[in-house]
Amino acid sequence: MRRLFSHPSLAIGLIATLSFLAIGVLSLVWTPFPIEQINIPRRFLGITPEHWLGTDNLGRDMASLVMSGTWTSFLVAAIAVIIGMGVGVPLGLAAAAWGGPVEWLVLRLSDFIFAFPAIIVAILITALVGPGASNAIVAIGIFNIPVFARVARGGALSVATLDFVAAGRLAGLGNAMIAWRHLLPNIMSLLIVQGTIQMSLGILSEAGLSYIGLGTQPPATSLGLMLKDAQGLFLIHPWLTLVPGMAIVLIVIALNIAGDGLRDALDPRLRQENPNVLA
Amino acid sequence: MNTITKAIGLALALSTALAGVAMAQSTEVRIGVALEPPTLDPTAGAAEAIDIVVYQNIFEGLTRIDEAGAVQPGLAESWTISDDGLTYTFKLHDGVTFHDGSTFDAEDVKFSFDRILAEDSVNAHKEFYEPISSVTVVDPLTVEMKLDRQIGRFLFDLGRGDAVIVAPESADNNANQPIGTGPFAFLQWDKGSRVILEAYQPYWGEPVHLTKATYVFISDTATLTNALLAGDIDGTNNFGQEALGVFEGNPQFTILAGTTEGETILGTNNRKAPFDNLKVRQAMAHALDRQAIIDGATYGYGTPIGSAFAPHNAYYVDLTGTYPHDVAKAKALLAEAGYPDGFSATLKLPPLAYASLSGQIIASQFAEVGIKLELINVEFAQWLEDVYTNKDFDLTIISHVEPFDIGNYANPDYYFGYDNPEFQALIETLNGTTDEAKRKELAIQAQTILADDAVNGYLFQLPQTGVWNAKLTGMWKDSPIEGLVLRDIRWAE
Repeated sequence: MRRLFSHPSLAIGLIATLSFLAIGVLSLVWTPFPIEQINIPRRFLGITPEHWLGTDNLGRDMASLVMSGTWTSFLVAAIAVIIGMGVGVPLGLAAAAWGGPVEWLVLRLSDFIFAFPAIIVAILITALVGPGASNAIVAIGIFNIPVFARVARGGALSVATLDFVAAGRLAGLGNAMIAWRHLLPNIMSLLIVQGTIQMSLGILSEAGLSYIGLGTQPPATSLGLMLKDAQGLFLIHPWLTLVPGMAIVLIVIALNIAGDGLRDALDPRLRQENPNVLA
Repeated sequence: MNTITKAIGLALALSTALAGVAMAQSTEVRIGVALEPPTLDPTAGAAEAIDIVVYQNIFEGLTRIDEAGAVQPGLAESWTISDDGLTYTFKLHDGVTFHDGSTFDAEDVKFSFDRILAEDSVNAHKEFYEPISSVTVVDPLTVEMKLDRQIGRFLFDLGRGDAVIVAPESADNNANQPIGTGPFAFLQWDKGSRVILEAYQPYWGEPVHLTKATYVFISDTATLTNALLAGDIDGTNNFGQEALGVFEGNPQFTILAGTTEGETILGTNNRKAPFDNLKVRQAMAHALDRQAIIDGATYGYGTPIGSAFAPHNAYYVDLTGTYPHDVAKAKALLAEAGYPDGFSATLKLPPLAYASLSGQIIASQFAEVGIKLELINVEFAQWLEDVYTNKDFDLTIISHVEPFDIGNYANPDYYFGYDNPEFQALIETLNGTTDEAKRKELAIQAQTILADDAVNGYLFQLPQTGVWNAKLTGMWKDSPIEGLVLRDIRWAE
């Protein structure tokens, strides 16, 4: 706990991120108004005591939409990170532990996937099975795989040369056990930091995919979809664009600050440069 | 000193050049339109985007439809109809040439109709012309058409984009290099960007005011707004109603709020349970709040409809009161039909702004009576395949934009699957009737049957809201037929 507060950026980033997450989770059980409730006479209200962020072009409560959209963003980005970690980390560890042809194969596979940005993968998936939030998850998840594979391999390679790994090998552990027992726990901090960064990239990608119509579909909502709906109205009702836009910016900043803070707090090399720790 | 002289000279040259641009603009127009046509041959495709560019501009038919939807002489300067209504004799205009210089005569008319009626014809509306049994060339300026049964709207159908006259020498290349007899000749098509037409000087009719017209393809409302404000385009025929407020009260722009032939409906699969039950369809009709849909989807510019007929039409009868918005009644009817707790259904939506907005509003209105809708957004090609071709849908939203398309309801194989022998007989009688008073009576009967049967949910007539530079005049406010006719457009002095 004390370590947390010795890194103010970590504290700020985490608190902001967790607040947004809490707002998102809250939308599952409660929003000020149901998001699918359309009330045309009450559209474009602006800020009122009843509607904290005003109402949109269909008279829906903007605050409720932002809450629900925040949840969609977190959900999509988090599942995409889990997909990326679940596939990418074992691949990266295998590359580091076995080396040789396995390593070559993993690296070439990563290069290959890297060549496709999330948006191209999303277009491909949409062409095959149609648009939807689940397809955005898969597209962003695939994009995350090589990122985690590379981070895991890089981290594991530097750990693999250490004496305790050699000791484990002498004790008769196979490559798989070495990777699981010795390499993985030692690269965990790297993965957590990368996971935070990928979360913020995932939220941006989800907003981008929804904005071009490949992600979340109405009547469900997401921050990108809100931007898309408000785009044609920008010159008359800029507020409708400003609200989801600001929400995206704030969430991404919060995640990035948290990611930076986590790296400072967890990276042993940086920690040694920190006079507080030395003292 | 020398530098100053040069600078002044440059400034003078620049201002002269700018003045030149401004003057040149007085006979040229750049129009933003939403969709790029797939081809430029109106006789080979159903897309409205084709007619927007070519109808009455590049191509002309024997008759033409005017702004009020009335039939005017086109390439035929006059005609006579035999007493039995089965033989039409057309006197053609003399001195008409195609844009490639070849002469227009009766042979071209015969060729054009033989091409429509051929076995391998790709015409989108062969059925309109199918009663023509023969086209005979009497002399180079006289054509006789024989029908095997009467068609009440034959002269109107001849004025559609599907029946324009093409030349045998150039017909095969019309998709990319259209050659017609109209006041504008095709100049250039930069695919994905624009089509340029230029005035055809030897035009046979009244000379047009413009020398050049450019159609720029911009589908996004925000981009279109910026293009209009920046002066990159001089106008657009149909601008998204949600953003019209940008131009309201701006003296540099005119807003033309008019109507189209589009009846926007909640398409209902009448073959499928529970929609095969009249009580369920009546309950859905009572659950709809038309005014909220019109305000939400068209910002109040749509006109409510109660049947499959456009309100500006002479045969129109107002049936919007048949099943007024009444939640309690809707619930009662659902209970009578055996669905006291409502039911779940899917709503497949094409990627059109009015459809996706109406869809969300209707889902909210239906939820009040217990009908839970799942919205499925699909691409247009997918929509055509699923809904129109395979009839694999519960509900959908679409606008039927062709004039007098009530006849679709007489086709039991049409996508909404309405099979009513009484209605089919009525339409057959209507098609064979030429007496105006009798036609009107039959058309009113037909509209009433559809409204009473609540075949589809009848929502609103699709509006047309053009935004134009205030100095332009001569644009059509309404769109009684698919097209954007340049004939009368000019810059005010």
